Amino acid sequence: MSTRLATGGRLIDRTKPLAFSFDGRAMRGFAGDTLAAALLANDQMLIGRSFKYHRPRGILASGVEEPNAMVALGQGPRLEPDQRTTTTELFEGATTASQNAWPSLDFDVGALNNLAYRFLPAGFYYKTFMFPRFAWKHLFEPLVRQSAGIGPVPKEADPDRYEQAYDFTDVLVAGGGVAGLTAALAAASTGQRVLLLEQTPHWGGRAPVDGIEIEGKPADAWVAETVAALAAMPNVILRNRCMVAGVYDHGYVVAQEAVADHLPGADLPRHRLWRIRAGRVIAATGAIERPLAFAANDTPGVMLASAVRDYVVNWAVSPGDRTVVVTNNDDAYRTALALLDAGLVVPAILDARASVTGELPALARARGIRVLEGRGVAKVKGGKRVRAVEVCVQAGEGAVLETIACDCVAMSGGFSPVVHLFSQPGGKLLWDAANGMFTPDPARAPTGADGAAFVACAGAASGALQAAACLADAHAVGGGKAKSAPKATAPDEAPMQPVWMMPQGAPVALRFKMLLDFQNDVKVSDVQLAAREGYESVEHTKRYTTLGMASDQGKMSNINGLAILSDALGQPIPATGTTTFRPPYAPISFGAVAGEARGAVFAPLRRTPMHAWHEAQGAHWEPVGLWRRPYCYPRAGETHAQAVNREVTNTRNALGLLDASTLGKILVKGPDAGRFLDMIYTGVMSTLPVGKCRYGLTCNENGFLIDDGVVARLSEDSWLCHTTSGGADRIHAHMEDWLQCEWWDWKVYTANLTEQFAQVAIVGPNARKLLEKLGGMDVSREALPFMTFAEGTLAGIAARVFRISFSGELSYEVAVPAAQGMAFWTACLEAGTELGLMPYGTEAVHVLRAEKGFIIVGDETDGTVIPQDLGLGWAISKKKPDYLGKRAQERSHMTNPDRWRLVGLETLDGSVLPDGVLAPAPGVNANGQRNTQGRVTSTYFSPTLGRGIAMGLVRQGPERMGEVLDFVADGKTIKARICDQVFYDKDGEKQNV
Amino acid sequence: MSDPVSAMGGQSYEGFAHVADAGLQGMITLRGDLGSAAIAKAVKAATGCALPAPRGIVTKGQAAVAWMSPDELLLLVPYAEAEATAAAVSAALAGEHVLVANVSDARALFRVSGAKADQVLAKLCPVDFARLPAGELRRTRAAQVAAALWRSAPDELSLICFRSVAGYVYDLLALSARTGSELTSA
Repeated sequence: MSTRLATGGRLIDRTKPLAFSFDGRAMRGFAGDTLAAALLANDQMLIGRSFKYHRPRGILASGVEEPNAMVALGQGPRLEPDQRTTTTELFEGATTASQNAWPSLDFDVGALNNLAYRFLPAGFYYKTFMFPRFAWKHLFEPLVRQSAGIGPVPKEADPDRYEQAYDFTDVLVAGGGVAGLTAALAAASTGQRVLLLEQTPHWGGRAPVDGIEIEGKPADAWVAETVAALAAMPNVILRNRCMVAGVYDHGYVVAQEAVADHLPGADLPRHRLWRIRAGRVIAATGAIERPLAFAANDTPGVMLASAVRDYVVNWAVSPGDRTVVVTNNDDAYRTALALLDAGLVVPAILDARASVTGELPALARARGIRVLEGRGVAKVKGGKRVRAVEVCVQAGEGAVLETIACDCVAMSGGFSPVVHLFSQPGGKLLWDAANGMFTPDPARAPTGADGAAFVACAGAASGALQAAACLADAHAVGGGKAKSAPKATAPDEAPMQPVWMMPQGAPVALRFKMLLDFQNDVKVSDVQLAAREGYESVEHTKRYTTLGMASDQGKMSNINGLAILSDALGQPIPATGTTTFRPPYAPISFGAVAGEARGAVFAPLRRTPMHAWHEAQGAHWEPVGLWRRPYCYPRAGETHAQAVNREVTNTRNALGLLDASTLGKILVKGPDAGRFLDMIYTGVMSTLPVGKCRYGLTCNENGFLIDDGVVARLSEDSWLCHTTSGGADRIHAHMEDWLQCEWWDWKVYTANLTEQFAQVAIVGPNARKLLEKLGGMDVSREALPFMTFAEGTLAGIAARVFRISFSGELSYEVAVPAAQGMAFWTACLEAGTELGLMPYGTEAVHVLRAEKGFIIVGDETDGTVIPQDLGLGWAISKKKPDYLGKRAQERSHMTNPDRWRLVGLETLDGSVLPDGVLAPAPGVNANGQRNTQGRVTSTYFSPTLGRGIAMGLVRQGPERMGEVLDFVADGKTIKARICDQVFYDKDGEKQNV
Repeated sequence: MSDPVSAMGGQSYEGFAHVADAGLQGMITLRGDLGSAAIAKAVKAATGCALPAPRGIVTKGQAAVAWMSPDELLLLVPYAEAEATAAAVSAALAGEHVLVANVSDARALFRVSGAKADQVLAKLCPVDFARLPAGELRRTRAAQVAAALWRSAPDELSLICFRSVAGYVYDLLALSARTGSELTSA
């Protein structure tokens, strides 16, 4: 039985009871409990089933290292699997459920796997991949998918919000135990900025539980004083519930703060991901106790000795009435003493060491505890709960000397310093054979840009496990002088004795039951099998056996595992080495990684000054880059296609209004601007007269067309270059790249003025009438001919009016200051009512231009198309010595007459060709694929012509006018005739009025 | 004639700090050789401000001049004066190789004020606010978009972004300023 003790519990508040549930059963806990503590207080030792064998599993640890005791927490959208009960703070109404158990936790069908121990050995997955070939897909994969996995996946979107924040510090201290506090205080005393982060809600770490005294005071009192002193320093920031997840190059540190996990329903970000630049990182991350490898060490009720002590002292929880302690070191005796202090029974301490002489064992003996030297556990008796341990000689092969009844086993195999944050950015480790642990090697610490070490471990994390040495080390690492270090007093501990297997000569039958990795069900026998099968590299063995690959990342299991591997390979542990420590230290939430980027602020949405109006009209949107442009403005009862047809027809017959604000507008100015633009564009811009416009094509240095637009010459030394909507930033960067990197001595400046202007296209036979009605400028054919612009005032608003057309109609594009864009738009709508004005969207733009055979970069081009392919030779200067792309366009492949070139396509039956479809050609290519001779690049229903029209790229297309091609779509063949791509008003009479 | 409007129409949000669309602000981009005496003189005449040092912003009354890059300044003047000021600077620098452009409408200006204003922006911008002095303009990003910010008054930061993303930035600022989500030390 585990239960709540009548008194004590330094972290719980008995005046604040909390109700929660586990697998539907109502339970009670107290504020300050972890879920694990509260479950134990309700006698719930069995928490889940293991990953592979579905063995019953209980609570093993009391902190972040816990491999087993995970639950599905919450319900509906807040359901979250794999929540570690040992680090989750209890809250009112918490709903928890066991995982990986079917049909129930107490009776699990999958536990039959238990009998199949021998049939699911190391490398099971790999072996099933290999032979026989069909078996993985048809037999093993379905089987494994059915039984593997841990928690259930939530089916609804996470309703909580998350955020990120940036911070900067001189010294970041990870860990708020006594070492971290000491290091932080020492560092802060030098005036540096110090950021102290602690993963739990509490300061002081293990010291208060271990009964350490510091500066003559109980640890609790010293911790409270020190935290208060640090909090009072203006150069120190303290954050608890904030776990350092990763340390990266250049002092970049990622930490996750659990802001509101313990306050569900509060209007708070649940997690906050901190992105920190630290001058130096001090990892005061403590040490994690190791389990001992004895048979059935995964039976619920077998726990780490330090955890047993934590539950008793911190939460007043008795893990069992009778606890047998099994150890190879003195520290575990503290657990025995704590249990006695709580009025519980310790029938025996089994100490693997042949001779036990330390101060702590003396205290235990003095209180009447049986200390059995040179003894170990042969086997734990019990299924879903410990019933007894069988005692054996550690030096032997497991013959049972006696059986001791108990309901809890507190085991300790020594401690492993938490070197993760030191190792993640490349710090190297030393093997301390006497203490059986890896410690950070300060001589091979991670180095920063200046070549100096930027991560150091402090206290237990650096291997200083005993209190006095721990504080002295932390104080020194923090930069303090030796004599000012805080003094800690604790009983001296005698040396531990590494024990990798218990008993050391255990036969196969016992080794089959000795768990190394409790979460992934990896046993001593599995690692030994891997070694026998030829695995020598620890990294390979890890993957083959899955040792340390679970969500706990082997915090408890890795050292034991590689010790077993080293033994099997007959080499010392340092020769085997460790696996690589990678961030995050413990899992962090995807929500925190995504941060604020969800919902309305998932991504930046660029809005034109008229965006809100479009929205109010119920515009159907089309994303264009980060902009959202109206695709069409459907009226009541209209389909989108009907709306597009209406908008096209109205623009051709009366008047259309388009928000063209998204078009890129780049100002290029300087004495060398003309020369520069002659390089950027295929045509000649330097000769363009002031006041005139010219269509330009931009190619990259490989000759491929990357953008197009109208260039206007504003003055003797300045040009305004229009780009496509999606191309503004890209083309501006392209220009700056060439100016800054190649032609740095040319006198040219550019400025991206895209957003300075709202731009409105006024298109259709009534366009001029509308401008005249708005009033203020002469926009007559004579004053403002095609491909010119003028500046003035329209409707009282400063305007630059371009007489250009992308539709074939009489058309003006009017640029006004963005702050008056909506006002100008409104003026147009009001004045245009009697002229039959309707706004139109991007799809009507596409249809109008396709009817005229105009290309769109991104439709007719795909990064492999040169202007010559598109019949745009007229826009390419033959006289210029050079422009970007010229030489590439002269390469033989580019001048090959077989290239696919632009033509119009009309279906014989008037239908609309599907977009992107291919025209097959006879024969197959080298890969056995059908040859092709062309494809559709743009295709629409033309309301003007009443039939489908299309453009496409066809091999030798312009030379094959009138030929009928077969296009294949969804197995159907559609016949289309090659024709001129200008379907409407070929002579341009409509725009030239 | 219609009155110009700012992107967010003067909206504001009250959280643990105050977030507000600061309305229209005259802004002029000036690119040129910042070492030239002519530029210093023209800027002084237009704004009353001396040229800022790299990363600096110099303020005088309602005008300010910010260093944007080794060859670019941003002149801040009242919105109504921007066009005239740009013209005056252009005229003063006639014959020099410079680019002068009124960019007032291409931008949005926000003010974040209150004792914890820094914390709102620390959630969005990788900036060491504890070491951002008055008189320095920082070009950075706010979450996913470009931004520039500086201390415009005690307990007040000003932030400039592009006009098209004003709604995105306003939403970010308001979200980050939600009461209860302060970045307080434990």
